[in-house]
Amino acid sequence: MENKFQFTAEATALANKIIKRYPEGKSKSALLPLLHIAQGENHGWLSVEAMDYVADFLKLQPIEVYEVASFYTMYNLKPVGKYVLEVCRTGPCCLNGAEDVIDYLQNKLGIKVGETTPDRKFTIKTVECLASCGTAPMMQVRMHYHENLNKEKIDGLLVEFADSKN
Amino acid sequence: MSKKILLEHINTPNLTNIDVYMGTGGYKSVEKAVKTMTPDEVTEEVKKSGLRGRGGAGFPTGMKWSFLAKGTGKPSYLVCNADESEPGTFKDRFLMEFNPHSLIEGMITSSYALGANTSYIYMRGEFTWIFPILEKAIDEAYAKGFLGKNILGSDYSLDLYVHPGGGAYICGEETALLESLEGKRGNPRIKPPFPAVWGLYGCPTVVNNVETIADVPWIVNHGGDEYAKIGIGRSTGTKLISACGNINKPGVYEIELGLPVEEFIFSDEYCGGIAGGKKMKAVVAGGSSVPILPAELILKTAKGEPRLMTYESLSDGGFATGTMLGSGGFIVFDENACIVRNTWNFTQFYHHESCGQCSPCREGTGWMEKVLHRIENGHGNMRDIDLLVDVARKIEGNTICPLGDAAAWPVASAIRHFRHEFEYHILHPEKVKDRNHAPVPVLQEV
Repeated sequence: MENKFQFTAEATALANKIIKRYPEGKSKSALLPLLHIAQGENHGWLSVEAMDYVADFLKLQPIEVYEVASFYTMYNLKPVGKYVLEVCRTGPCCLNGAEDVIDYLQNKLGIKVGETTPDRKFTIKTVECLASCGTAPMMQVRMHYHENLNKEKIDGLLVEFADSKN
Repeated sequence: MSKKILLEHINTPNLTNIDVYMGTGGYKSVEKAVKTMTPDEVTEEVKKSGLRGRGGAGFPTGMKWSFLAKGTGKPSYLVCNADESEPGTFKDRFLMEFNPHSLIEGMITSSYALGANTSYIYMRGEFTWIFPILEKAIDEAYAKGFLGKNILGSDYSLDLYVHPGGGAYICGEETALLESLEGKRGNPRIKPPFPAVWGLYGCPTVVNNVETIADVPWIVNHGGDEYAKIGIGRSTGTKLISACGNINKPGVYEIELGLPVEEFIFSDEYCGGIAGGKKMKAVVAGGSSVPILPAELILKTAKGEPRLMTYESLSDGGFATGTMLGSGGFIVFDENACIVRNTWNFTQFYHHESCGQCSPCREGTGWMEKVLHRIENGHGNMRDIDLLVDVARKIEGNTICPLGDAAAWPVASAIRHFRHEFEYHILHPEKVKDRNHAPVPVLQEV
C-alpha cells in the first residue's frame, strides 16, 4: 500500500542535515530528532504511516521505530487536540497546587486527563517533572512553558488558544 | 557574597551573544588550552581542582577523564548530559538558557583534553526553546573559529551538535543516554564495560553533566589549585542549587560548597525562609532520589554539628540520619505538606519512568505505588508499612542502573523519619480523605 505521509521539502532538508551530524553508518542516531519532525508534520502525533515513513527514510525496520516511539513520552501514538496541555504532576509542582490546576482544566474543558475536547482543540496530558520546579505549577503547550499558573492565567491562555488560527 | 564562577556575569545584558560573553573573559580557556597546553595538562588541572560530577553522583571528573581508553584506534567522544529531569532540579536549564556560551566553551576545552573531534550535547526534548539558543551559540563559536577545523590555527578540530531526547527520565543515566543517542530505547547497559572503554558507537566516551563541563573553563584559566581553594575539603568549588517547594524565593543559586544549610534556607540572599511564615517540616536536598530528612536533621547532623552544603556533611550519618547533595535539587516542605502524599507522588514518577528492564524495579515501583495509593486514600493496613520497607529493600541494589535505588530511597527514608504519618493515615482514614487535609499531628513523645 502506498504511504500517504511524507515530509515537506523543508522537513526533508532538515532531516538530511540532521543525519549528517552522526558518523557514516550511524544514521539511526537521527531517529529521535526525525520522529519529532514527523510528529510536527502530522498534527502532533505519530501515525503508523508516519513511523513507517521515518523507518524508510533511515533504512530501518519499522519495529525499530515503533519500539522507540512507544518508549518516549513526547511521542503521541494517538491523535491529539490542536493544543496539548501538558501539566506537570510531579512532587514539587504539587507542593504549589498542580493538582488544583489539573482539576480546574478538567472542569473547565469538560474532559479528563488523556482526553481530547470534541472540537479537537484541546488535549489534557499530565507529564513528569519538566525542570520548572521553581516556577510551579506549570504546563507546557507546544514550544512554551507557562509557569506560575493560577486560574486567571489559565483562563487567559485558554482564550488565547481558542481564538488562535494556528 | 560568596564566590561565583558560573553565574558571575549572569546579569550582564545579552550574555547569550558571543561578543558580550567574550567581553566578560569568555573563550579565553579555549585559546589557553589549544595554544599553550597539552590535552593531558588540561586533564591534570581538572584533577587538581577536585571538581566532582555535578549531575548527582559526585564522581571526581578528572579521574573519570583519565579512565578514557587511549590508543584504541577508535574516535573518542565527549557527550554532555543535558537531560535534566530529576524532580526538583532546574539548574542546567537556567545555565543553558541564560549563559549558553559557558557550556559551549566548556565543551570545547573538555573535548580538547579528551581528544574528541565530535561531541554532542544530549538535551531533553522538552526544552524546545533552548535548542535555538544553543544552536545560535554554536554557530557564533564556529564563526569566531572556536569550533570547526584547526581551532584558532591549531591542529585541533572539533564539531559540536545538540541532540534532542524524546522524554524519558532514565536517559539521564549515562549508558541509557548513549543508547538513546544511538537511536534506541533508553535501556541502561550493564557495566562494565564502562563508557570510558565502550561508550557511544562502541568507542571510548566521557559523559558529563552541563554544570560540570561549564566549570572547566574557569579551572583552565585559573588553575586547578585555585579552584580547590574554594569550598571545604573534598567538596571543592561552587555548586548550582535549584531551590523550590514551600520557600519565599525559589530559584537557581550558585553557592560556595560549605555554606551552612540553615543559612541557605533562611537567609534573604538565598531561599528567604519558609513561605507564609510557616514552619519547615522536611527537605529533600538533592533531587527526589535522595533520602528525605526532617527539619531538625537537615539543619544539624545527628552529632549536633551544623549541616553544611557539601557532599560529606549532607551524607554524614549515612542513610540513617543523613542524605546526599545529589543534583542540587533542593525541595523544601512546610508543616502542611503531607509526606505520605508526596511519597506516593514520587513513586508514581519512578513507576512511570522505570525502563522495564529489571523485574525488581519494573514490578517493585508499581507495587509501591499501589500500596501508597491505598494508604493515602484511607484503605491502608498496618502491615503495608513493613511491606513497603520490604519491597524498597528488594529493589535497592538489585537493578542494572541506579533508578532502582532512586525509587527505593524516598520510600524507605519517608517511613524511617515519618512513620507516624503513615500510621495516622491508616488509623484515621476519615481525617485524610481530602487531599488538602489538615496536617498530620506532630508525633508526641510518650
